[in-house]
Amino acid sequence: MLDFPRWKVTSILVLLAALMALSIPSFVPEKYTQSWMPRISLGLDLAGGIHLLYEADTDAFLATRLDNMSQQISGTLKRSPRIDIGDISSKDGKLSFFVRDVTQIDAARERLLSLAGSGAGLTGQRTWDINVVDSSRFVVSPTDAGTTQAVNQAMNDTTENIRRRIDALGTKEPTIVRQGSNRILVQVPGLQNPEQLKVLVGKTAKLEFKMVDDSLGNTQITKDTPAPIGSQVLSYPEGGGWIVVKRPVILTGGQLTEASQGFDQQSNAPIVNFTFNSEGGRRFARITQQFTGQRFAVIVDNVVISAPRINTPILGGSGYIEGSFTVASANDLAIALKSGQLAMDLKVVEERTVGPDLGKESIHAGVLASAIAAAAVIIFMFVTYGRFGAYANLAVVINVFVILGVMAVFGSTLTLPGIAGFVLTIGTAVDANVLINERIREERRRGRTVIQAVELGYKEASRTIFEANMTHAISGIIMLALGSGPVKGFAVVLLIGICTSVFTAVTFTRMLVVLWVRRTRPSDINI
Amino acid sequence: MRLLKLVPDNTNLPFVSLRAWAFGLTIALSLASIALVFVNKLNFGVDFVGGLMIEEKFQKDPDLDKLRSTLERLQVGEVRLQPIGDNKTISIRMPLPESSDPGATNALVQTVQTAIAKDFPDATFSRQDTVDAKVSDELLWRGGLAVVLAILGIGLFAIFRFEWQFGVSTVAAIVHDLLMTLGFFALTQFEVDLNTVAAVLTIIGYSINDKIVIDDRIRENMRRYRKMDMPHIIDLSVNETLPRTVMTSVTILLALFAMLIFGGHVLRGFTAAMILGIVVGTYSSIYVSSSLLISLGLRAEPKVDDAPPGSKAERVAFKDMP
Repeated sequence: MLDFPRWKVTSILVLLAALMALSIPSFVPEKYTQSWMPRISLGLDLAGGIHLLYEADTDAFLATRLDNMSQQISGTLKRSPRIDIGDISSKDGKLSFFVRDVTQIDAARERLLSLAGSGAGLTGQRTWDINVVDSSRFVVSPTDAGTTQAVNQAMNDTTENIRRRIDALGTKEPTIVRQGSNRILVQVPGLQNPEQLKVLVGKTAKLEFKMVDDSLGNTQITKDTPAPIGSQVLSYPEGGGWIVVKRPVILTGGQLTEASQGFDQQSNAPIVNFTFNSEGGRRFARITQQFTGQRFAVIVDNVVISAPRINTPILGGSGYIEGSFTVASANDLAIALKSGQLAMDLKVVEERTVGPDLGKESIHAGVLASAIAAAAVIIFMFVTYGRFGAYANLAVVINVFVILGVMAVFGSTLTLPGIAGFVLTIGTAVDANVLINERIREERRRGRTVIQAVELGYKEASRTIFEANMTHAISGIIMLALGSGPVKGFAVVLLIGICTSVFTAVTFTRMLVVLWVRRTRPSDINI
Repeated sequence: MRLLKLVPDNTNLPFVSLRAWAFGLTIALSLASIALVFVNKLNFGVDFVGGLMIEEKFQKDPDLDKLRSTLERLQVGEVRLQPIGDNKTISIRMPLPESSDPGATNALVQTVQTAIAKDFPDATFSRQDTVDAKVSDELLWRGGLAVVLAILGIGLFAIFRFEWQFGVSTVAAIVHDLLMTLGFFALTQFEVDLNTVAAVLTIIGYSINDKIVIDDRIRENMRRYRKMDMPHIIDLSVNETLPRTVMTSVTILLALFAMLIFGGHVLRGFTAAMILGIVVGTYSSIYVSSSLLISLGLRAEPKVDDAPPGSKAERVAFKDMP
């Protein structure tokens, strides 16, 4: 029992000191610490900030993908030697069409195979299935592997895109992660203006240029105006409501290399400047030459921003978008255009915003509650168990800093429920010592010597402590696995607390007791 | 120094003989809880039913009728107001706008905040939660799943480490604790949100902690006093562990009351549930799980083959016991 080698004492002390030291940077204001030092970050509920869960519209994405495939098919088959086909119809996510000349079936299949993708994912499956039914009808359908891969790719692109946009805002420590198959979680702590972030991130930023259809003359255009064939009615808030544009997209924002906010030289109004890459620039030049004198529409996310008349061909590959922008909205549009179009449309399915005042209040309340809880428990333990209670108290105090140190190393986030976890850990960490001390009391009552009682107390209680903590850990692990947000923050503290408290409450206090017993050899103990 | 002893030495309370009464009480309370949940319904927060919640903090207690009329003028659907904590913080609940336009929710929040700022210049924004019905369904499902898995996991652990009777009685006791907690939420109409799930899981964790300690002692005494009958063994075990049970409950309750009083309003429901859980859990350790062991026919002589590893050594160690 009294056998507690010096190396063990040393290593326990060194380990605890090291873990406690790791918590120090979290108490020092950030400006005095280095970036490599482990720090606990505060959760949104404490720091204030915004939590946004976006869901991507995969149905719309797959419909667009099918649409693009349809265009590729007709493009490929039109190439010389031309293969004539009927209209491509899409139904249930599949494309089908007739080949007019049955003898060209094989040639058509040959060409389509080049579109079907050589292999998706690890299985090397095609991304599209091509089948001939009824001897002359082709059915082209996306394979599961191809669909999964395309959605996956689009989700990764979208996540990256959001990251670029948020980085451009200059906010610090944003969290941007994919969740599940079609969700993206964005968390930005300490944000003062959540509205701007939401507007910016949610913007698809699909930039298109289409020609304005002026064939209706001076008719008042409304949402329900029947558009001429090949044209469509789009919202145009700037120009009095609605406008008719021709459907074909003459240019997209995909070929932009640069976009920035600037000012109109005459009116000094905020505008968005943009520059095309060389190919986009050539096309822009060709189009502006071809349609000089006509109007084109600049469309962002299916809303016409402006519809300027092309006065002279624009050859330099750059231009600007004017509209009723503010500096901020022009800047947002520039960031969104530069980061590129989102591969998928996003919708907010969960949002949590915490104002900075509430966060500060919660920290204050949490710290106060923890301090009072700790003080109450410490006093109570001391009056109940005397010296042994004091040892337990020392273990509890050390445990608090050890938990903080471990959290800092893992880069865990401290949330308000996490503080509750702390308070509870204070309450329960002493449970192990209560078990041990009660057992020692019992063994003393049974007439055992001090040394025997202490030894049996620790030995018998350890098994109970292990079992009790195991069951506790089970619920903690389940919270960690299934819980979201606040529940997780709570579970992290709980689990770390379970591990560290067993060490501090059992091993560390046993060391203290053994050292004391060895030094004083008491014949009786006050417990 | 004379040390504090909450439970005097050699306390011997006849717990088991009261168990018929306790069973009656337990069943009555459980039925009452179930009835409460059905009649009063649980007050689910936006986490679990979806919708929009805006929390505003006022300098002084706001006139709720005035606030209600301010909001009803906006015609945003059914508005529910609930004062939180010190009554200066008001939670405002309303349905999400029907429109699929991504900006619609933002616009609604802006409208509400502008209207409040106009009529109540002392209001400041505290927090806002918006949860889509799809997400709230998932959160509810996952919360329920977590609770069920926790109960099953812990039950399995108890069966694995002890006899099957311990597993069954433990699970019964946890279900009892869960029913009491639900009844409490139905009665007080505290909001049931994600934090509540954490509270429930923690209650399960602590309640089980308590039971394991007693179960462990029962197992130990079964081996030590092989001739003693079960009611006596259980009475002895519960009494032996009583000082610990009381001590631990008191320390945890001390910590929780500190949290309830000083910890701010956000976690008040969470802490209140925990306090109830500790009390209920302690009761169920004695009167549900331990007493149930007798009804389940636990015998004092576990088969040697079934005994967990290490138990043989323990038996040898206990040979010299009085």
